[in-house]
Amino acid sequence: MNFDPRFSGRKFTSVGTRPIRPDGVDKVTGRARYGADFNMAGQLVGRILRSPHAHARIIKIDTSKAEKLAGVKAVITAADLPDLTNGDAAMYDVLDNCMARTKALYDGHAVAAVAAIDARTARQALKLIEVEYELLPHVTDVDEAAKHKAPLINDAIFTEGLEEKPVKPSNVTKRSQFGHGDVHQGFGQADFIVERSFKTEQTHQGYIEPHACVANFSSDGTADLWVCTQGHFVYRQHCAQLLGMEASKLRVTSSEIGGGFGGKTHVWAEPVALALSRKAGRPVKLVMTRDEVFRASGPTSATSIDVKIGARKDGTITAAEATLRYSCGPYAGSWAEIGAMTAFACYKLDNVKTVGYEVLVNRPKTAAYRAPSAPMAAFAVESAVDELAKMIGMDPVDFRIKNAAQEGTRSSYGPVYGPIGIGPTLEAVKSHPHMKAPLGENQGRGMACGFWFNFGGQTCTDLNIGMDGSVSLAVGTVDVGGSRASLSLVAAEELGIAYEHVKAVVADTSSLGYNDMTDGSRGTFSSSMATISAARNAIKILRERAAQMWDIAVDDVVWEMGHAVAKGEKHGNLGKLSLKEIAVESGKTGGPIAGHSELVADGAGVSFATHICDIEVDPETGATRVIRYTVVQDAGKAVHPTYVEGQYQGGAAQGIGWALNEEYIYGKDGRLQNPGFLDYRIPVCSDLPMIDTQILEIPNPNHPYGVRGVGETSIVPPLAAIANAVSNAAGVRMTHIPMSPPRILAAIEAEREWSK
Amino acid sequence: MAGVAVSTTINGDSVEFLCQPDETLLDVLRDRLGLTGAKEGCGTGDCGACSVILDDRLVCSCLVLGAETEGRRVETIEGMAHGDTLHPLQQKFLEHAALQCGICTPGFLIAAKDLLAKNPDPTEEEIRFGLAGNLCRCTGYDKIVRAVQDAAIVMKGA
Amino acid sequence: MVEVTLWGSLGALAGGNSKVEIEAKDIRELFRKLAEQYPGLEPWIDKGIAVAIDGTIYRDTWSKELPQGAEIFLLPRLAGG
Repeated sequence: MNFDPRFSGRKFTSVGTRPIRPDGVDKVTGRARYGADFNMAGQLVGRILRSPHAHARIIKIDTSKAEKLAGVKAVITAADLPDLTNGDAAMYDVLDNCMARTKALYDGHAVAAVAAIDARTARQALKLIEVEYELLPHVTDVDEAAKHKAPLINDAIFTEGLEEKPVKPSNVTKRSQFGHGDVHQGFGQADFIVERSFKTEQTHQGYIEPHACVANFSSDGTADLWVCTQGHFVYRQHCAQLLGMEASKLRVTSSEIGGGFGGKTHVWAEPVALALSRKAGRPVKLVMTRDEVFRASGPTSATSIDVKIGARKDGTITAAEATLRYSCGPYAGSWAEIGAMTAFACYKLDNVKTVGYEVLVNRPKTAAYRAPSAPMAAFAVESAVDELAKMIGMDPVDFRIKNAAQEGTRSSYGPVYGPIGIGPTLEAVKSHPHMKAPLGENQGRGMACGFWFNFGGQTCTDLNIGMDGSVSLAVGTVDVGGSRASLSLVAAEELGIAYEHVKAVVADTSSLGYNDMTDGSRGTFSSSMATISAARNAIKILRERAAQMWDIAVDDVVWEMGHAVAKGEKHGNLGKLSLKEIAVESGKTGGPIAGHSELVADGAGVSFATHICDIEVDPETGATRVIRYTVVQDAGKAVHPTYVEGQYQGGAAQGIGWALNEEYIYGKDGRLQNPGFLDYRIPVCSDLPMIDTQILEIPNPNHPYGVRGVGETSIVPPLAAIANAVSNAAGVRMTHIPMSPPRILAAIEAEREWSK
Repeated sequence: MAGVAVSTTINGDSVEFLCQPDETLLDVLRDRLGLTGAKEGCGTGDCGACSVILDDRLVCSCLVLGAETEGRRVETIEGMAHGDTLHPLQQKFLEHAALQCGICTPGFLIAAKDLLAKNPDPTEEEIRFGLAGNLCRCTGYDKIVRAVQDAAIVMKGA
Repeated sequence: MVEVTLWGSLGALAGGNSKVEIEAKDIRELFRKLAEQYPGLEPWIDKGIAVAIDGTIYRDTWSKELPQGAEIFLLPRLAGG
């Protein structure tokens, strides 16, 4: 591959415009097909039986009565999904999470499943399955679980990453550490030190579309899976591995996806649907209920974080330290590790140390949620930064500008930064009219910064030029929020043709090479890189064909603005040949014209954002209202600015919900108390103001157009920005998220009590 | 259980179907009539993704029984455009990029249509409260509100 | 010869060194020699490690060259949403 991914600084024709998305009409007319909108002839309804207990040994499962019920075609337990993971611990956890093998590890853990002729029969069959449990002590709180006396969730787990190998098992699966310099010495140089502990509760991604799939396992050992997923190639690999299939025998088609935000990066019920279909010999449709989505699919971590930051009188931070405990559900994860890496990434620090602890709890297996782990760490750090600025007597924006990381700064997680956008977002906020707008009574303003890495990864794209000159673009990254529009723009830009002549589709796993998931804000970054590469390969062929049509040397043909142009004096009388003119003749000049690209998109540029918000707090009730909200974020290059704005607004809204309302509430019995949208309340239209956005474009040097990922960073600052605003409005520092009215009221009353 | 024979009108067309007495209108639309534009996001009337208009009243079709539609009129997203001419709300949702994943879009369009039928000139606050029964997790609602505001202007002029 | 910086937890497995010198021309050779010289690192390398070269993070590219004098930093592989 001789593709040059470096930023070229070109002038754009299509990129940066705002056309209507290619999948738009289907989505406003109800024709777009999502996970649950697909059906097959003879299909059965699959349903899963789930543990009502937080922690219990499974003594016996008797499925005989269910099997005898008329209309039941298959009943499965863990015995029907034998362990084929071959020592792959992470995959074993995925398997055990799909169907509990020896213990139910959380309220909602799958223990058996049925396939029946209709939903009513399937529900009846679940009631006929008899499960004998031996109840075990449980623990759902992250701090409780980390204690020595806590009930052990997995006695084969010994904390990794300690200097001395532990002799006793623990719920703490791993310790990780990052940083540089000497924090002890750094704190010695500080005139002011802030030290505080923070907690955040567990939230769910809250996609409106529940997990849904149709599995069709054929007697010849091949299978098809229609599913809503962020990564159909990854689902194929995982399902094939768990079912003992060759990957190429399983074709996975990604449906339109009704939101994912990280929660659809992981298989949950899909291997179960395939196993049911295999046993029943018929297609099986399996759709989770909302209750199941909350109880048994990927929430984020609950956290407990201690932060200490010191600074000199002049506002220079001398040392920063954080200890972060993140819940993982009942399986090992690396969530605190990411929190530890991102916590101080916005700042230039000589002395910094972060330590993360991964903690097992009897809750659902933690899954990625938009910039996973970063919002909680940012909440703790940015709250302390605000408090420190106040202590020193500096404006919080100026304090951050003074300490912001720059090109050449060693990041808190290790490497030295290239060109980055934290400084420019802060400068933009400083001069933003929002910062000067007057505030009313009981209103407070807060701001905060956020960081996310952004990913690249394996990517494969096909670009086919039809004989009428129109272009089909097949990509392998699932479109979660408009990427087919942005990738069509990129293809049009590179080829020099109009956007309307490009049609992008997401290809199934049998039609295109492997692609990593749409995660880590990589969809547009990675697939645009592969699309540019594919287009350049197609242009090479277009030039060859033009040379053939003119009967001149290909080296004399260049590609300019969608046309082949003959260069050199002897070709002075040759006109241009358009892409369409070359395509029309392609049957005679060597056959179809296409460009392909298989690459690893490396060099995803890190991304920074700064948010401002105004909050009104009712001191009598603790109720809050978001009055105004502004997002400033670096996009590298906004390919389709409207959808970039949409990502900024959507991340902010999710962050607002997390900050003020959303939380998993567990009872003493270890059961989830609020598995529905009525009691787990996500923001509705009347809860929010307009969300203003400002897109900065600091080009990523490692992408031809300068693109960075944009999807995730916008959820990082809101928790902290809102906490700072509420703290300013209520006159008391908030340290526990969500800042629900009872928590705010309790904090206000405690402060009144204290100041008496 | 014996099925119930129902005669109703859906998007202006006479429709007859057989359903179970406890079957929701949403299940009838999706599973019996192939009208999958209404989505099930919760099944408990909290998300609005299954919104339809039943005799000029906005309802969650997951909270209505199929049998209850006997002799009544049901409007779903599939009936919103006239042939290949989109309704102004549909057009404005596209122009304003008022959708990302799009799963909530049919419900929002139906709810917005109902809102504008009852209040052709709503304030921003009226739009926000009028659409508060529909959940969107992608957009933060900003572009949805703007699309409805813009559609209201177009529809008043029409 | 390139100097490779290990993140905190990894350093403990490399005999407490936060920096190690390795004769390697690309990422593949770097991983091979690290595993030879510090067997404690091998399981981590198998699980997946990202390599930051002058601040740019690479994940799966064995052939990526390590320029002389470049800053080489090993990082854990991450999950994203």
